Amino acid sequence: MPIGSPPPPAGPAAAGPAGASAPAAAPRAARGPRRGAGGRFPRSERLAPYLLVAPAVLVIAVFRLYPLALGVNFSFTGDGDRNGRAVGWDNYAALFADPLFIASMRNVGLLVLLLPVAVAIPGALATFLYLRVPGHRVYRSVYFFPAVLSPVIIGAIFNLLLAFDGPVNALLGAVGAGPVDWLGDPGVAMFAVVGVHIWATFGMSLVVFLAGFATLDASLIDAARVDGASLPGVVRHVIFPGLSRTIQFVFVTTMIGMLTSMFGLLYVMTGGGPEGSTYLPEYYIWFQQGQMGRPALASAASTVLFGLMLVVGTAQIAVLRRVGRED
Amino acid sequence: MKRRALWSTALIAPLALYGCGSAAAPDSSGGGGDTLVVWDWKSGDATTESYIEQAKADFAERRPGVEVEFVAQPFDQYYNLLGTAIQSGEGPDVMLFNGGGQLRDRTDALVPLEDYLAEDMERLAGWEAFSDGGHVYAAPVTLQGHPLYYNKALYEQAGLDPEAPAATWEEFLADCAQIEEATGADCFAMGNKEGYGIQFFLSGLGPGVLTAQEYDAWIAGDRDWTSPGVKRIFELWVEAEQAGLNNDGVNSTAMFNDEFALFDGGEAAHVIGLMSDVGHWKEFGEFLDPADVGVMPAPLVDPDATPFLPYDGGIGYGVAEWTEDPELAADLVRSLTSTAALEAFYADAGAIASDTTIDASGAGPAAAAIVAAIPTGRPALHVALSAETLELMGRLSQQLLSGSATVDDALGQLAASDQAG
Repeated sequence: MPIGSPPPPAGPAAAGPAGASAPAAAPRAARGPRRGAGGRFPRSERLAPYLLVAPAVLVIAVFRLYPLALGVNFSFTGDGDRNGRAVGWDNYAALFADPLFIASMRNVGLLVLLLPVAVAIPGALATFLYLRVPGHRVYRSVYFFPAVLSPVIIGAIFNLLLAFDGPVNALLGAVGAGPVDWLGDPGVAMFAVVGVHIWATFGMSLVVFLAGFATLDASLIDAARVDGASLPGVVRHVIFPGLSRTIQFVFVTTMIGMLTSMFGLLYVMTGGGPEGSTYLPEYYIWFQQGQMGRPALASAASTVLFGLMLVVGTAQIAVLRRVGRED
Repeated sequence: MKRRALWSTALIAPLALYGCGSAAAPDSSGGGGDTLVVWDWKSGDATTESYIEQAKADFAERRPGVEVEFVAQPFDQYYNLLGTAIQSGEGPDVMLFNGGGQLRDRTDALVPLEDYLAEDMERLAGWEAFSDGGHVYAAPVTLQGHPLYYNKALYEQAGLDPEAPAATWEEFLADCAQIEEATGADCFAMGNKEGYGIQFFLSGLGPGVLTAQEYDAWIAGDRDWTSPGVKRIFELWVEAEQAGLNNDGVNSTAMFNDEFALFDGGEAAHVIGLMSDVGHWKEFGEFLDPADVGVMPAPLVDPDATPFLPYDGGIGYGVAEWTEDPELAADLVRSLTSTAALEAFYADAGAIASDTTIDASGAGPAAAAIVAAIPTGRPALHVALSAETLELMGRLSQQLLSGSATVDDALGQLAASDQAG
């Protein structure tokens, strides 16, 4: 096949050595016609670009695309007695008839709704740190501390704290409030787990926010203060616009984190319960594959989750691209 | 454009083959020649070391020169691995099974053992869980069941006779009220976070509610979820919670091991526990005085019921259909269930072994009471249900406790799931 339109990165790579080894034929103007008549290139040079991109393409194809295709493929096969047989869309029909899966999708919606909270908390705390509230040095390290703990440890800690006869309820009892069954009430459990997840991960977002603050022009804030702006005014009219790119970035990464890394907490804290109220798609996938022995159904759920992540990922790319253009 | 089309084709081509292959892939295998390969999830535990040694010694006597290799698989993946071995028609010669559904789903891959094990039929108990269609497919090693344990010390503190626990549900409620007043302890330690609480409740108290006829029909697969007896069990589940018999926060208390910890700590007077492995007489005896751990029959709700110990064969060894010499493999199964080996299992791993000739009187009144009840015992109710139905029952039981489902509603859903599975 002639190199009609080589991919952009491969073009210069192939032309580079050629130009260097043949100085006599160097004039740039000569390139155009030469490219058109590719037949005159030695075979090795024509193959070089493919060779150079081959490792990357192979890694993607073997470790990403092939398993992906295999997973989609398995989602159209049966489980148990029908193992290995094509069953069409049966798994997807079963999936959307399963109240557990519907609940897990509903919880994804809940996570999207809670996203602003998950971003606002590190944002607000970073603002206080940036404005040097008393003790900000201590807070900076303390806030980051949970981010270095594993979800299993965090889950175990909060299992103890949030137990029905645990310290949190004892504290509530001391101030006269009734006990809350944090992990046993289906209306509360998901919020409890998300709350713990935010507590456990906001340190990372906080660092990102602090990095964003570092790029903020301090003179703008000084100027606003000289002009007599109040603290909320400074936050709203100076800090917020200046950090818009950072905020967008944190939004996207927090969303992905919520969708893909809450398994450990769910596993330790609720096991999907009570009443199946804390299922998320990835927990559902694990449950069907590992506990119920239905790998094909789990493949179908994975495919749906993949579709969902594709939407989130596309949105992410769109956001980052827009941010890039603003630069 | 052409190139792009080519790439897209290359990427999409595998998808065109959708519905091929299987989601469960084949795995390693073993066995051959003079080596027998055994798959289990127990032989890696330190507590089963002496059991394996005894079994090996017994087998070396029976069949000198034959090697035995134990491969301990992780339990959470065990049946996945076994399923793929069965699919490929090669794998271990002898394998460990949980009794009930896990074994019955795979009888096609097993050798009927009744002719090889005829001599052991009397000595061992729990065959039912390893039988299907008139054939025996595995020899029981341990028994697993759901005795109702009680704390004798709390009975004494409340002025009750610890040797005469309540026989009827009314007496039981009265005793519980007295215990709670005198000691502050709850009636039941109950943890239903994983949805297991209802399973133990159903199996533990079911014998006191269902008549013998209803019970047999249930076990035989003829389950009437709307019968008054079955409905009564689920109503009791709700009533026990509403009457404050359980500890607080049942839906957020894990059975393993927060529920058992409540009983261990003397914070609850009764618990429906297990017979083997965990949450059982030996574990309770380590926290309470072994002499204070009692076992009582299920209190009678229906005067026509006759309570008995609900238990099944816990784990047992079967022989794969593809093994070269079934008689040789069956001999290994016989060694694995020999009295000496099972005695070691019972003593070290804290399990009620299937061998009825083992003397359990030295392990405290609870173990003795359990062993004494084995001859009259019947299979447990929840063991007859499919994994799907059990999972649904767990979720519905949580809804019943929180009041977001009614008993009729739950039973309707369970009946539908049970009939579908």
